[in-house]
Amino acid sequence: MTESLFFIFAAMAIVSALMVILNRNPIYSAVSLVITLFSLAGIFLLLEAYFLAVVQIIVYAGAIMVLFLFVIMLLNPGKEAKFLSPKNPRIFIITLLSMAFIGMIITLVSGSVNYIGEAASSTGDLGTTRNIGLTLFTKYLLPFEIASLLLLVALVGAVLMTKRHLR
Amino acid sequence: MVNSTLILVWLIPLFPLIGFLLNGIFGKRLGDKAVGIIGSGAMLFSFIVSGYLLLNYLALNQVGAEFHSTLFSWISVADLQLSVSFQVDSLSLMMAVMVTGVAFLIHVYSIGYMHGDDGFARFFSYMNLFSFMMLVLVLSDNYILMFLGWEGVGLCSYLLIGFWYEDDKNASAGNKAFIVNRIGDFGFLLGALLLFITFGSFQYSEIFSQLDRFSVGDGTITAITLLLFVGAMGKSAQLPLYVWLPDAMAGPTPVSALIHAATMVTAGVYMVARSSFLYVLAPTSMTVIAVVGVATALFAALIALTQNDIKKVLAYSTISQLGYMFLALGVGAFSAGMFHLLTHAFFKGLMFLAAGSVMHALANEQDMRFMGGLRKKIPKTFVTFLIGALAISGIPGLSGFFSKDELLWQAYSSPAGGFWFWLVGAVTAGLTAFYIFRLIFLTFYGEARWKPETHAHESPNKMTLPLIILAFLSVVGGYIGVPALLGGDNRIHHYLEANLAKLPVDAAAHQSHSLEFILMGISVLIAIAAIYLAYVFYVKRKELPDLTAAKLKRAYNLSFNKFYVDELYDFLFVKRLITISKWLWNKFDVRVLDGMANGAGKLITVTGWYVRTVQSGLVSGYALSLFIGSLLMIGYYFFR
Amino acid sequence: MTPPLEYYLLFAAALFAIGVAGVLLRRNVIIVFMSIELMLNAVNVTFIAFSRQMNNIDGQIFVFFVMTLAAAEVAVGLAIIVAMFRNKESINIEDMNLLKW
Repeated sequence: MTESLFFIFAAMAIVSALMVILNRNPIYSAVSLVITLFSLAGIFLLLEAYFLAVVQIIVYAGAIMVLFLFVIMLLNPGKEAKFLSPKNPRIFIITLLSMAFIGMIITLVSGSVNYIGEAASSTGDLGTTRNIGLTLFTKYLLPFEIASLLLLVALVGAVLMTKRHLR
Repeated sequence: MVNSTLILVWLIPLFPLIGFLLNGIFGKRLGDKAVGIIGSGAMLFSFIVSGYLLLNYLALNQVGAEFHSTLFSWISVADLQLSVSFQVDSLSLMMAVMVTGVAFLIHVYSIGYMHGDDGFARFFSYMNLFSFMMLVLVLSDNYILMFLGWEGVGLCSYLLIGFWYEDDKNASAGNKAFIVNRIGDFGFLLGALLLFITFGSFQYSEIFSQLDRFSVGDGTITAITLLLFVGAMGKSAQLPLYVWLPDAMAGPTPVSALIHAATMVTAGVYMVARSSFLYVLAPTSMTVIAVVGVATALFAALIALTQNDIKKVLAYSTISQLGYMFLALGVGAFSAGMFHLLTHAFFKGLMFLAAGSVMHALANEQDMRFMGGLRKKIPKTFVTFLIGALAISGIPGLSGFFSKDELLWQAYSSPAGGFWFWLVGAVTAGLTAFYIFRLIFLTFYGEARWKPETHAHESPNKMTLPLIILAFLSVVGGYIGVPALLGGDNRIHHYLEANLAKLPVDAAAHQSHSLEFILMGISVLIAIAAIYLAYVFYVKRKELPDLTAAKLKRAYNLSFNKFYVDELYDFLFVKRLITISKWLWNKFDVRVLDGMANGAGKLITVTGWYVRTVQSGLVSGYALSLFIGSLLMIGYYFFR
Repeated sequence: MTPPLEYYLLFAAALFAIGVAGVLLRRNVIIVFMSIELMLNAVNVTFIAFSRQMNNIDGQIFVFFVMTLAAAEVAVGLAIIVAMFRNKESINIEDMNLLKW
């Protein structure tokens, strides 16, 4: 059951990710990215990361993607011209490099040396909101606060940069 | 035994250094009055300290005692240990007192002379720097520190000769002095290096203590002494390197008095005297020095006979007198040479300052043909000048008489001397008396030949007071060296001798006193006769000079044109040098050196042209290399 | 039955490679930006997979911070794109080559 769900989600994610980078229309790309993010949320659930799965949907698929779409609509860049001409050697080189990367990971995980070890037995409540909250507000309190500061800075920065006339 | 007061020797050069820094940095803002006070005040303090040390030294009553005062380590490389350290002994103290004293008077004089000049502060800072360097030179206890001072005074001489640099003539006179001096300095440096190779040290006392292992006439010592003498030739304007000194008169007159008469040009004499222990081991060098000295004395005196520029006459006179000093050194009479150096500093400094006063009175006129009749107009200058002239002529009772007589007697009686040295010396003395009184008569007697609109006036007290003091010293300065013959005890000789070398045999004692008397009488008679001759020529019968010149046209022209030495040098060296330089510039410099420099530049440009395409500015390109790089790193990390 | 860790890692690697290819291939800055998001998410997957493997919550906390960072980055990045578009009337990444010789 879990395994087949993983394959479904993974396939969905990979296909839509490919659509993100292969689509000429940025709107379609953005929608494909939303699908990828949803699939990833599903995979998070399989990995007992319940809280993050929800955050993935709310923050990523919700807020961030809305921002993307908003900017795309605002700038209305239109379709990219001829970005995938087969004559272009770049495509070949980049595909090759990506394949090399994936090949490397395959060799790594299927190698004779076991880097990973046995999976720990599951308690079933690893990524619950309660557990995340407990860890975040005790062990990671300071980074959490700093993260809030980072968001504030990004907020101010974004406002400043999009202002028309800086004084 | 260390006398605590003698440790204060570092104060002597310190004051001029402070004066130089203050005047050099804040000169413009301080105002002329403050600059003058700082400049001469520094020298006054320095003089007081030197005098105080001299008194302390004399009070020690230890003949020939030496004190070393090390300030700090200067150069420390492998075997070479050099420190900035001073040596206090009779020789250096005498020089220090003389330098600071004369320099102080000339600084005071300069306040008046340079009044209103734009470069007033610059002048005083250079003068202070010069005094500092000169004091380093005389007080140093090793050859390298002496060389520092040696070069330093050369630099100041250059700066001050070209002081009015707006005039090309002055600037090139400065260049000439500097370049000719460099030739000599090269010899000095080689000599000093050879000393180090031979003795492993630059320090006088360490070198002199090792001299036992060398016999008289040793080749190395001869080479060293000759090389050092080349340095002295340049600095002290001896044949054949004297040509810069007459041109150096382009500088302000106080500079001529201080640097080119009283102090710097005597540095060569001082250096040879300082190295006397080396020189006595090299009879060949001694002979060379004596011959060069006496030849220079005669040669310069001959030129001085016909010059019309008042400062040029004095310049050639200085060269001639320096030749005298070297004659004394060359015959082994080191103390006599130093004695003449001292008295010469007084009367020649005096005459230069007086000449400056004359020029001051006549709106910077230097040509004696346009002077005359100034006796009544500027009496103080006249009287002091006359005293200086009498002193240099060797009239009995004045300082020049004692030193000159001592010197000539030594030239005759010393084992290294001889009759011919004496004869040429005595003839030169006659010539000296003649040309210096020619100068006096042309300047102060006869009818006024200056432009009627010139308002001839006596100089201010600031200028005449140093004249009077120097005149006083020119009179009494000789009494520290009254010879035994005249009932004196030649104190300066006894004071100096312990720090100077002696020739193996003291033959002077064997000569009879009557002979000394006779020679003294002859030289005095020659001088008086020469003065009378000058009187006849330039006051009584004024047509005589022109008649003589017409009769001895050849000889006159030779002398008037300074024996064409400048032209000869120009033809022999300067023209050749310019040709070679031009060739080097056109061929070697432009093609080879510039080619190399430009080639290197071009290589980098071309390489950069290709390499910079990497910096495309395209983000994806950078990202690509980043990705490839991380792939390689991961690959290396996991699959190595 | 849960799939083994290797599957997740391979999946994440594939996702990451796609993201890299997107960054390198595309000229539209917005899509390049989305590709970067893809890469971030691929990394998130590995974090969470390992977190499950070790039964350790720290990995998930890390993902939380990555998301925070991604949000900030998107805000600033898109602001830059807007500002850039105003100046150059273009969101083609090849027009953004001021940092060259």
